[in-house]
Amino acid sequence: MEIPAILAEALSKRYAPDAPAAVDSLSFRMPRGATWGLLGGNGAGKTTTIAMLLGLLVPSGGRITVLGHDMARDRFAALARMNFSSPYIALPSRLSVAENLRVYAHLYDVPEAERRIGELAAQLQLTDLLDRPAGQLSAGQKTRVALAKSLVNRPELLLLDEPTASLDPDTGDWVRSWLERYRAETGCSILLASHNMAEVERLCGHVLMLKQGRVVDSGSPAELLGKYGREDLEQVFLDIARGRQRVPA
Amino acid sequence: MNRAALRRVWGIIYRHLALYRRSWPRVLELMYWPVLQMVVWGFVTSYLAGVQGNTASVAAGVLLGGVLLWEVALRSQMGFSLSFLEEIWSRNLGHVFVSPLRPRELVAALMGMSIIRVLVGVLPAMLLAWLLYSFGILTMGPVVVGFFAALLVMGWAVALGVTALILRYGAGAEALAWSILFGLTPFSAVFYPVSILPGWLQPVALALPSAHVFEGMRQALRDGTVATGHLLAAFALDAAWLALMGFVFLRQFQSARVRGALLNIGE
Repeated sequence: MEIPAILAEALSKRYAPDAPAAVDSLSFRMPRGATWGLLGGNGAGKTTTIAMLLGLLVPSGGRITVLGHDMARDRFAALARMNFSSPYIALPSRLSVAENLRVYAHLYDVPEAERRIGELAAQLQLTDLLDRPAGQLSAGQKTRVALAKSLVNRPELLLLDEPTASLDPDTGDWVRSWLERYRAETGCSILLASHNMAEVERLCGHVLMLKQGRVVDSGSPAELLGKYGREDLEQVFLDIARGRQRVPA
Repeated sequence: MNRAALRRVWGIIYRHLALYRRSWPRVLELMYWPVLQMVVWGFVTSYLAGVQGNTASVAAGVLLGGVLLWEVALRSQMGFSLSFLEEIWSRNLGHVFVSPLRPRELVAALMGMSIIRVLVGVLPAMLLAWLLYSFGILTMGPVVVGFFAALLVMGWAVALGVTALILRYGAGAEALAWSILFGLTPFSAVFYPVSILPGWLQPVALALPSAHVFEGMRQALRDGTVATGHLLAAFALDAAWLALMGFVFLRQFQSARVRGALLNIGE
């Protein structure tokens, strides 16, 4: 049987013994090469789930295996083969784009780092920005730099937290097209958390709908639309968030 | 440490060096306090030496030596703690902790930055002491390298404790990074012998590596002999404090991963 990109088994997280579960008995098996979406309202458990997958947060229960590595015992082996991007975590603003990418090339022990940085800069249209301090870039440029950082080690698994948040529609579309092309070319597995339903519908082959830390539904976007009798994922999201019944088949 | 680990350590050091390369006020700030301290204490010792009518008095050397060596401990601790805080201020810690960088490698990188900051901060003050006041700390002989090393390591032990507190209480504990070692000055017997302290306080002082270093420094300046016992005691205490604070740091790091504190440590 092929080793999955992510295997989560009965994953749970409580921030305090008497607090409600932020994530509750979450289980899924994400195959290699797939793009999956984590959908849910604020407090649904998306960020907690991603933090546990990254090893930033220790689960209260359950088990995570990433690319065949048990995250409780062997997380650094997994972290070397994956990467992460979020608009909510910055890169040092006084360092230039090239310096930032160089730092992460060292941290991920990337061979021929300068060549890799040049490649990424060309692909993500950053060549003219390499000497600019990261803090002086526009939101769109910062997103492209964050993407370059997350790809510096040629990850086999990419975790993206709202990859197009605060971008204008044109730049957002450019990023989505780029991710589609990158996945097709490299076979990289992608798990993204997003509030942008159109983005999830476009990029993801499978969606996990979270509510109060639990998976309340899952399937391909087409399957979910059929199940709920809706025309777009936003309506499905609202049905689930507001506890409305699905339309019987 | 293998090659990949060394490269990760270098990655963090490179990140800080790149920051200093782009910010001359930060480099200036590294030298500012040690030089200022040296100038003020240099004038004080010149005045005292003049009053005593003995420009080469041992007392002057003891004061200037104390100032210079204590700066090593201060800059060592701040160099470590502030480099860690720099990651929090730049909201970059999340990226660092999801990379393959191990906590022990982060500690090694922060120690490396601490050494660099000590050298940049203290060497100009040493040069100034020699130029302005004809005080050469190296005249104590090779033992001064031992004093430097013992105080450097003590700074790291204190910094590990401070970093553990930052992991536990967030950026709210950052004031400790600036102030905590100043609080140890009275017990470190920087400018006076341990015997001056009240009897009940002397065991506290002798539990600190710094008190042994300064006892040893005074003996070297006064008698020209090496206080091997004090130096060995300083290194033994360094090892004990470093092991204890390293344990506390790793426990707090793991606890931060359980509490989710690494997600919002800058808030």
